[in-house]
Amino acid sequence: MSDRGGVVAAATGAEALSTELPVGRSAGWWGMVMFVATEATLFACLLGSYFYLRFQYGPTWPPAGIEAPKLLTPLVMTAVLVPSSLPVVWAERGIRQGQRWRLQSGLAATMVLGVTFLALQASEYAEKLTQFTMTTDAYGSLFYLITGFHGLHVMVGLTMIGWLLAASLRGGSFGSHRHERVRNAAMYWHFVDLVWVAILFTIYLSPRL
Amino acid sequence: MSTTTTPPPGVSAQDLARLAEHWAERPSLRGWFSTVDHKRIGRRYLVTAGFFFVLAGLSALVMRTQLARPEAGVVSPQEYNQLFSMHGTAMIFLFATPMLFGFGNFLVPLMIGSRDMAFPRLNAFGYWVFLFAGLFMWASLPFGAAPNNGWFAYAPLNQEQHNPGLHMDVYALGLLFLGISTTAASINFIVTALKLRAPGMSLNRVPLFVWAIVATAFMVIFALPALNADNLMLFLDRRFGTHFFDPSAGGNVLLWQHLFWIFGHPDVYIIVMPALGIVSAVLPAFTRRGVVGYPLIVLSIVSISIISFGVWVHHMFATGLPQLSYSFFSAASTIITIPSGIQIFAWLATMLLGRLVLRVPLLFVIGFVVTFVLGGFTGAMFAVTAFDQQVTDSYFVVAHFHYVLIGGAVFPMLAGIYYWLPKITGRMYHERLGRWAFWLVFAGMHVTFFPMHLYGLFGMPRRVYTYRSEPGWDGWNLVSTLGSYLLAVGLLLVLVGVVHAVRRGRPAPPDPWEGDSLEWSTASPPEPYNFPALPRVHSLHPAWDERTAESLGAGATADRILSDGRRTLVTSELDAHPERAVQMPESTLKPLVLAGALLIFFTSMLLAWYPAAAVAALAVVATIAVWLWPPRRPDEELGVTG
Repeated sequence: MSDRGGVVAAATGAEALSTELPVGRSAGWWGMVMFVATEATLFACLLGSYFYLRFQYGPTWPPAGIEAPKLLTPLVMTAVLVPSSLPVVWAERGIRQGQRWRLQSGLAATMVLGVTFLALQASEYAEKLTQFTMTTDAYGSLFYLITGFHGLHVMVGLTMIGWLLAASLRGGSFGSHRHERVRNAAMYWHFVDLVWVAILFTIYLSPRL
Repeated sequence: MSTTTTPPPGVSAQDLARLAEHWAERPSLRGWFSTVDHKRIGRRYLVTAGFFFVLAGLSALVMRTQLARPEAGVVSPQEYNQLFSMHGTAMIFLFATPMLFGFGNFLVPLMIGSRDMAFPRLNAFGYWVFLFAGLFMWASLPFGAAPNNGWFAYAPLNQEQHNPGLHMDVYALGLLFLGISTTAASINFIVTALKLRAPGMSLNRVPLFVWAIVATAFMVIFALPALNADNLMLFLDRRFGTHFFDPSAGGNVLLWQHLFWIFGHPDVYIIVMPALGIVSAVLPAFTRRGVVGYPLIVLSIVSISIISFGVWVHHMFATGLPQLSYSFFSAASTIITIPSGIQIFAWLATMLLGRLVLRVPLLFVIGFVVTFVLGGFTGAMFAVTAFDQQVTDSYFVVAHFHYVLIGGAVFPMLAGIYYWLPKITGRMYHERLGRWAFWLVFAGMHVTFFPMHLYGLFGMPRRVYTYRSEPGWDGWNLVSTLGSYLLAVGLLLVLVGVVHAVRRGRPAPPDPWEGDSLEWSTASPPEPYNFPALPRVHSLHPAWDERTAESLGAGATADRILSDGRRTLVTSELDAHPERAVQMPESTLKPLVLAGALLIFFTSMLLAWYPAAAVAALAVVATIAVWLWPPRRPDEELGVTG
């Protein structure tokens, strides 16, 4: 039995035991989780509407006159946006250890990636608008509503990131004891990234299935 | 105002003075606009929702007057359309939910033994948005521009080409605006109940009312986005020429109905669930025992809030969807009656096993059981598709949902008003006046709505501004109208009773009913800091439990008194182990400014002043940025290494 006790002690160190103490999440964390949950439901409703209208419409989708979306730009956009979560994670881990430079450089990197994404989206819109607009038909309405609504969320996320960056550059805002705002904004940014993947599948890939 | 002046033994006079210093708000105009006290905000919710109830009720009286006899000319068809649309929209969105959230705001922190909500400033913001959104919608009525397409606003009649003017723009924007408030309040309830419960109040000791509010809040989180998406698309269709609901360009009118009822059916429970929570909260005081089957009631609350998302198509049985989907939704609609039934039988058993104290709140609870069961009975009839297709859009439906909503929501609210009036105002109500009010409301309700079953079955459609003389219609319509006046007199007596209590009522003791939950363990009305010492909870009925009472009095310790600042305790989610004391925010004007900027935004959108809307949107962003801007702290306190 003493041997077995040794195994248990090795597998479950003092640190692991202490993390299992009932130390719950903060009120701010729960608030952000609930906010993201309700926002995610909103996107689910919009994407659900897309599939509903698509399957009620008929066999050709997009409707005649509109070609199926090209994949190059959206894939580049994905390659820009999804990895943009990594600098946020790195920045957040940095500030937990009190490293302000990591917070600042990580947020700045995310800003660059996020703005690049919006620029790519603008160039894609410029091309699409010559083909069809929001008022052409229900497909156009769905396309611009869903991608535009997501773009708006990217803008909100970027405002949060920029706001954090500004507060951090002022100094006296964040450190290893005070980083809740960073964590909450990071959660929102990850959510915006994740929703993009669902949009990529729905808007760009599903018409090719 | 307080009726207890001697400090509890464990809390010293200095503690009380310091608590008062940190929590009191000076009575000033600025203080009135900047308060973040959940009790003041809760009272405002109750009064404002009551005001919208009066407006919506008066609309109904005009309609009943118009329908008292065939081919009357009290109002024009256009006015009638706006009246019934505003009546329904306001009763559902501006009265029922905000009224119950008002009870929640006032009571949840008191019932769980906390000093405020988790996000007090967000709470104040939610109230201002609710007030502004309500005024935004009602203000359209004098201009003849109120919503005119019924409370569920079906496509294609809600589209610009069929319904020009601002009517449905007011509807779409008003509900989007209001949705901000409802969502904010729901997040606040959930987090408050998870994190701010008094030490020892593990999940199996959470009062049923709090369970009900939290389940409701979860339903709002997952149901309201469907309505918001719907209204967003409606506004885009109407104003910017998109085609979501336009079949000629690939849209679909049924998309509106699906999204609306994905929200709308959970919304029935969003309205009724907290009201059922009130019933569970009121019963113990007047049966002198705990509610029977606490775990079963909690389970039924949770299961209703989940199943309610799977029954929406029973509102669409007459739309020609595939038969298979009818069977599924018919079955789900039948299943959901089981948890509802469990709650009813638990209350009946409580009354059977307890010793009844027949005061006004209990009268309203009994009136609730009778009325709600009748409404539930006709509800189960609708779950049968064939029957539903016969009576859909007739007055039978109107009878059904008024039994459910007046029985299931208004009666419990009235019980709640009489029950908690001593706690909210510090005054007792007049018992005889209350009894008169009960019997008039009860009789008026049944005289008004029972005949609607009959002339509904005789074929009278709902939402007609008048009718030709038909056998069975004329007489019963007159009876309904007389009943509605009776109901109005009864409700007026409730109002008189409240005003009388506030002005002349005798002072209420802290615990006039010997209730079982924590709000009765503190002064009536409670001090701004709620509890001199936060309780340590030892049972499901803390106010009946001596150890909990001792923790508030002689056993109060400094870690629960927290008099050195505006602080309350945060505890763990499941077991309510104390984690730490947190600083609570001071009063501020920012919530009001933010809600005002949103009001300007939505008004500008309505009137198509887009540059003004853009400026207002920037003001919204700037206000939030300033609101959340972190205070400057020294690096040692922050923990910065590089």
